[in-house]
Amino acid sequence: MTFFFEVLVTGLMVGIMYSLVALGFVLIFKASEVFNMAQGAMSLFAGLALVGFLDQYLQLPLWLALLCTVAVMTIWAYAIVFIVLKPLVARPPLMLFMATFGVAYLMEGIGQSIYGTQAKGLNLGIPDTPIVIGGIFMSTFDLFFTGVAAILVIGLVWFFQKTRTGRALRAVSDDHEAALSVGIPLLKAWTITWIVAGVVATVAGVAWGTRLGVQFSLTYIALKSLPVLIIGGLDSIPGAIIAGLIVGAGENLGEVFIGPYVGGGIQTFFPYLLALIVLYFRPYGLFGKEIIERV
Amino acid sequence: MFYRECSNFKDSYASDMAIFPIPLDRWGFIFMLFMAFVVVPLFTSEYFITNIIIPFYCFALAAFGLNVLAGYAGQISIGHAAFMAVGAYASFNLYGRLGLPLVPSILGGGLISAAVGTIFGLPSLRIKGFYLAISTLASQFIIEWVIVHWKWVSGGVFGTIEAPKMFLFGFIPLDTAVKKYYLTLCLMTVLMTFGKNLVRGQLGRNWMAIRDVDFAAEIIGVNLYRDKLIAFAVSTFYAGVAGALICFTYVGAANIEEFNVMVSFAMMGMIIVGGLGTVLGSFLGAGFFVMLPIGINQFLGSFMDVVPADILANIESILFGGLIVFFLIVEPYGMARLWHTIKDKMRLWPFPY
Amino acid sequence: MARKLLSGIVALILVAGFIMISGQAMAAEEKKPEQFVGILAYRTGPFAAGGSGFSSGMEDFMALINARGGINGKIMYKWEECETAYNTARGVECYNRFKDKMAYVHPLSTGITYALIPKGTEDKIVIISSGYGRADASDGRVFPWVFTTPTNYWSQNTAKIKWIAMKEGWDGKDMANIGKYLKGLKIANLHIDVPYGQETKPILDSMSEKFGFKVRHFPVPWPGIDQKAQWLDIARRYKADWVINRNWGVSCTIPLKEAARLGFPREKILGVWWCGAEEDAMPAGPAAKGYYSTNFHGVGRDFPIIQEVVDKVYGAMKGNIAFTRVGTVYYNRGFIAGILNHEAILTAQKKFGIKVLTGEEFRWGMENLNVTVERIKEIGAEGLMQPMHNTWQDHEGGGVVFYQQWDGEKWVSTGEVITPMREYVRGLIEKSAAKYAKEKGIKLRTGP
Repeated sequence: MTFFFEVLVTGLMVGIMYSLVALGFVLIFKASEVFNMAQGAMSLFAGLALVGFLDQYLQLPLWLALLCTVAVMTIWAYAIVFIVLKPLVARPPLMLFMATFGVAYLMEGIGQSIYGTQAKGLNLGIPDTPIVIGGIFMSTFDLFFTGVAAILVIGLVWFFQKTRTGRALRAVSDDHEAALSVGIPLLKAWTITWIVAGVVATVAGVAWGTRLGVQFSLTYIALKSLPVLIIGGLDSIPGAIIAGLIVGAGENLGEVFIGPYVGGGIQTFFPYLLALIVLYFRPYGLFGKEIIERV
Repeated sequence: MFYRECSNFKDSYASDMAIFPIPLDRWGFIFMLFMAFVVVPLFTSEYFITNIIIPFYCFALAAFGLNVLAGYAGQISIGHAAFMAVGAYASFNLYGRLGLPLVPSILGGGLISAAVGTIFGLPSLRIKGFYLAISTLASQFIIEWVIVHWKWVSGGVFGTIEAPKMFLFGFIPLDTAVKKYYLTLCLMTVLMTFGKNLVRGQLGRNWMAIRDVDFAAEIIGVNLYRDKLIAFAVSTFYAGVAGALICFTYVGAANIEEFNVMVSFAMMGMIIVGGLGTVLGSFLGAGFFVMLPIGINQFLGSFMDVVPADILANIESILFGGLIVFFLIVEPYGMARLWHTIKDKMRLWPFPY
Repeated sequence: MARKLLSGIVALILVAGFIMISGQAMAAEEKKPEQFVGILAYRTGPFAAGGSGFSSGMEDFMALINARGGINGKIMYKWEECETAYNTARGVECYNRFKDKMAYVHPLSTGITYALIPKGTEDKIVIISSGYGRADASDGRVFPWVFTTPTNYWSQNTAKIKWIAMKEGWDGKDMANIGKYLKGLKIANLHIDVPYGQETKPILDSMSEKFGFKVRHFPVPWPGIDQKAQWLDIARRYKADWVINRNWGVSCTIPLKEAARLGFPREKILGVWWCGAEEDAMPAGPAAKGYYSTNFHGVGRDFPIIQEVVDKVYGAMKGNIAFTRVGTVYYNRGFIAGILNHEAILTAQKKFGIKVLTGEEFRWGMENLNVTVERIKEIGAEGLMQPMHNTWQDHEGGGVVFYQQWDGEKWVSTGEVITPMREYVRGLIEKSAAKYAKEKGIKLRTGP
């Protein structure tokens, strides 16, 4: 039974890591209805930039390196919004989806040209040793990032609910044209969203980068967070967190307790099965905004 | 001046329903067929045929399949490469193990893929938009897993199959590139013609109605469930045939890694960059995604001595990504729309007002 | 919009054409005849570390030979790279692009190897898959055009089991009592769930029956960035004694992190040689310390021939990779692949005369390859490579396995050199190759 809880707890903590990635998707989808395929590439670029500032090219202290990385992601946000998205305003969402696909190629190529293709270690000095609570092995590292994710979510919710900019962003996400007509600058709102998404991508890049090493495979974390998105709802921040927990726990329990009977290796598609079940009952995810269509 | 609708009288139902009502289009099409059937095999190198044209046809077929689903019926699938894998493995089993004739086993691969595709299309009855798109990834991962794990599906060594020696009608060996080319071309032409007629018939109109507003379509009497599932079946049939052709005539072996999720994304890219809901767009998009990387790679190859190879390889992806963005910005409705624009210009040429 | 686009396209074509012409003008001037080598590289994508290291190592070796004046002083190497991005279809395209010019090729990916085996046989081009691809291709009677020199996965795994037995107290000599040390051991085979990862499952199962240890396979779905479930199972439920890390790319690194997280000793993890590079251990940071991996060549720069490369190639600014990566595992792997090709060429040139070789002549060179210990010393690669002796039947040649341990900063050779259970593996290889031959209707070769 301890083992069951151990798997469960571990799964929940992986889930938080998925949520970190999913948050970036959600933010952008909320504000601009763009399904951002470049989210993984953004995390990769942020990770690469951070390593570059930390020890590859400059030996900056951690806080400064993080700040510089965020600055780099801000530049990207401006570039994406003004070069790519601006000409595509009011186009069908599929086109925007495809454009971000191109952006992903661009980011991967540019990032790896500057920083090289080999895997780089990223060590923040957080120990990754097990601590035992009630017979359950837990990693300090995972606990740390669970905390970071919690802070991030609280921060984002506060930002969207309480600040003026946040409210403006919500207005934009509800209805572009109505927001424009009450005087909210659309492009500015988008830029802010992309900057925030860049920050989230940086956090995800750091969290996963310390696990995997900073290398191309960081882009795959986006793939792993897709089922989280549809379970939670494409436009819900708390949804992303809760779905992350469900997916993390589900895939780990599934792999450990069902996997051996069917040959193992099922954790890639198991979350999708969960998602299909959830979507059967709630076609817009657990917390997604239901789209009411009229003829 | 020459390209125009006027003075082009339709005096029978047949001419009214022709695929190419304008004579110049018709001639253009015949010219393209002539190029494909005569000029390409006679005057181009073996390298060009095997590595550029054959995959181009295969992916055009697959892209058309996806276009039926995404472009005509409005159901996005980003797990389509898996159905190509189903087609490849199924036809390998039909031909290599059960000993069916070649063409029936390729088409049979397509049919099996269609059966699988219909099952994976069931969620589309309830889920829409990006939610459906992401949940189709389930098919990608489940099919990959099944092929790797179930030995009797994959045959071969650990999910890798090698295309057997091919004989048409049991005795004509398909050993040279040109013969394989003709097999691909013939299948592609027949299936594309069939497909074009499908999408401009009743079924195609139903699909388009579903794409535009699905419940409005339901109100005017379109059977949503049936037509959505048929769209899935047709679409995965094409993907399956394309996968079988890739295995048999292009690569000569199939491996599950060859049909991974990146290929699925690339196929989505093909139809969007090429043009959603057009047959021409499937070709243009496939051309973009098949030929461009090879072209860029060959082109950059001449800089081997000047630029470090590490950076060169990355420039490839920068150029590719840049071009995707560039084309979308200039022509968001795809390259097929560009052809439309040119056509409009041609109507007035040489006296535009 | 359309006009803008058209003018844009025209401008692009003009620029491209201009650059192309100037690029080709720069690459002019050549005199000696050239042996063309087509390199299937992957410098982008998830496995870029392996692809870039390998191809650069090989290129550097060829650059060194060219700097010395060419093969036997008469023939220069000329190589061209083609980016496969580890994608089978693109690999086949690259192969076709080069096939009229080259005599041999390193496919450098399991998928591409499988796709090229029938093609190489048809086009008479030698396929060299050093330490990857089909293990049963070591049987030269069925696969005349494929070489796995110096060794293959199955040999490696028998050597791994022998090594584990040695760590458990076996003296490494008497095969009769090896079972005593292995009995009851629990070995976890953690493998990536693609054909490459599954390839060693049968041989491990067969050995576990023979020697009485337990083995359980833990598949990691591609791309393997999350292995928490597998590791919980290995460390907490199955309680494995040893873990074989058979992954590729990023999934090699994760096990080290996960093991550290669960307090599983890293000294009990033994990696496949594709999980034994700096790029695999470095990102794990301190968690990787103590991790073992197999290899089939030496690591580091302390070999006369690599020093020569440092002087002559990097000294002349002609290196093909960042200088820091010279001497890393993947680099050395490419480097010894270069030596292997070169030795085969020299062997063939003794018979056919000094000229540009065709695929058939090169194959003769490979089949009569005999790199002795003295020859290795002469090359200046003592400790870098192993002796290899191919015959027309045996395309494996070498077969010893080296061991190395990560000390937190670099790979250190443990000095152990273990010969695999050769007869045992050979029997399995012949059986598997015979099955393949029967399926494909291949007649066994009866002579060279």
